[in-house]
Amino acid sequence: MKDAATRDAYGETLLEIGENPNIVVLDSGVSDSTRTKKFGQKFPDRFFNMGIAEADMVCTAAGLATTGKIPFATSFACFLLGRTMDQILVSVAYSNTNVKLVGTHCGIAVGEDGPSAQMIVDLAYTRAIPNMIVIQPADWEEAAQATKALAKHEGPAYFRLGRPKVKGIFDSSYKFEIGKGTIVKQGNDLVIFATGTMVQESLIAMEQLAKENINISLINISTIKPIDREIIVKQTRNHGAIITAEDHNIIGGLGDAVGEVLLDHQISVPFTRIAVKDQFAETGTGPQLYEKYGLSHNHIVKAVKVTLNKK
Amino acid sequence: MNIAKVDIIGLENKALELRRLALKIIFQAGSGHPGGSLSATDLMTALFFGGILRYDSSQPDDPKRDRFLLSKGHASGIYYSVLAKAGFINESDLEDYRKINSARFLSGHGHPKTPGIEIASGSLGQGLSVAHGIALGTRLAGLDSKVYVILGDGEIQEGQIWEAAMSASKFNTNNLIAIVDNNKVAQDNITKDLKDIEPIEAKWDSFGWDVHRINGHNMTEIIKILQKAIHPDKPRVIIADTIKGKGVSFMEGKTAWHGVAPSKEDYDKALKELG
Repeated sequence: MKDAATRDAYGETLLEIGENPNIVVLDSGVSDSTRTKKFGQKFPDRFFNMGIAEADMVCTAAGLATTGKIPFATSFACFLLGRTMDQILVSVAYSNTNVKLVGTHCGIAVGEDGPSAQMIVDLAYTRAIPNMIVIQPADWEEAAQATKALAKHEGPAYFRLGRPKVKGIFDSSYKFEIGKGTIVKQGNDLVIFATGTMVQESLIAMEQLAKENINISLINISTIKPIDREIIVKQTRNHGAIITAEDHNIIGGLGDAVGEVLLDHQISVPFTRIAVKDQFAETGTGPQLYEKYGLSHNHIVKAVKVTLNKK
Repeated sequence: MNIAKVDIIGLENKALELRRLALKIIFQAGSGHPGGSLSATDLMTALFFGGILRYDSSQPDDPKRDRFLLSKGHASGIYYSVLAKAGFINESDLEDYRKINSARFLSGHGHPKTPGIEIASGSLGQGLSVAHGIALGTRLAGLDSKVYVILGDGEIQEGQIWEAAMSASKFNTNNLIAIVDNNKVAQDNITKDLKDIEPIEAKWDSFGWDVHRINGHNMTEIIKILQKAIHPDKPRVIIADTIKGKGVSFMEGKTAWHGVAPSKEDYDKALKELG
């Protein structure tokens, strides 16, 4: 298990998969922060720093993909997606080009740079795009494995990565698979479906709850789309109460994705969505913002109790 | 191929034939963009039938092919007509143009489901970046493929064009050849009044491109510039001065013919002019 940011896992794994001559990496002038810089040093011919021009980067990646290359187009999630909706829709998704869009610095966990740098609408946006798959790993190990899986996956993808260091959850025996949720901890009475940093946040909450003899389950949903319908239906039926947890706006992210599955199956259970409550946050450290905007482990503990009481 | 060996008159006749076909399919579809199709016709005729573009329509995915992109994707009337005459699709497929369940996916704007089309279009400003990516990819693969992309004059008002212009210059992507179909008329207005793009040559030059300007309806001039060996280290742009609606007197230079199909009466009148 490794304690490091998911963006670090991405950067390090690129060096490994870069031995495949079809892997190309693009960045838009932030390669130090996105961790693609080392790929550029190791494979300079296959690294394209497009300057501060995300729209150009996304379409250049699409062009490279049509020649059989596997482009990883990387930037801060805010600008990678915020500036390029049109480019992603037409040149990537509709054209079905094999482009991996890698957005780092997701969520309010970004912290001090403030709301213009905190991407909280990307899951809603990418999930709504036909042909696009959407993945958010929970820790270093999963991010490393997912990077490799994405290189093998044929088709457009959005890979959502974080800035802060996260505690390791999985060891090398873990097997990441696109489209599969995984049981992190099995308990009873209630299940949390969490993604990204909120998996770790949920684990901390669960330690506190265990002291009060509340032992619940935790499922890591790293593929937001196509979502693992089977595990959601099965675990919801088994537990009869659920919580979703994500560092994203409450509209359109994991909570809604899980809710859609339950609606399709006409399953009605006590259900609490932990997410940013349709507002922009502010500056501050990541943990301070998690506390103030309702994402911290303390909020999860409270939500578990409230949800259990509705059973 | 030497210019002397190119059958200029044959190409001019081919262009006339393609203009008739493009108007026919737009008329049959009942919608489409005649003006920008007719302005780009001579350029596309030269590329596909003048021995410029390296392609084998029976192997549209051959990695060694040259690439052609129509970034001003609304000129699909002429694009599909060219693809049919070049053998990528059948002429009978054109009956499906802009119609539901089109067997070759002949949408209002092109898509790679249609053989011979590299990327979807329909949103202006993206094609130069995509073409640049293709040019980088073929260069990485050690191929000598050239990538041609036709841009509209109004289209270069898009900021992304200039992002791509800077990029291709940075990477010395000399196998990238952009052609601006400078028909001087956009949907809303004449381009100059909408937002002036002149001085075009100075703009591209300052962005580090090898700049040429030609009459985009003079087949000899078009062939000559397209035959010119690529620049040793710069991407090339050809400003082709054209006339929107070229060949049909009542359409020429008219904003009104940007995105309207001709009536039966206008279509018959146009055909007479196109001999």
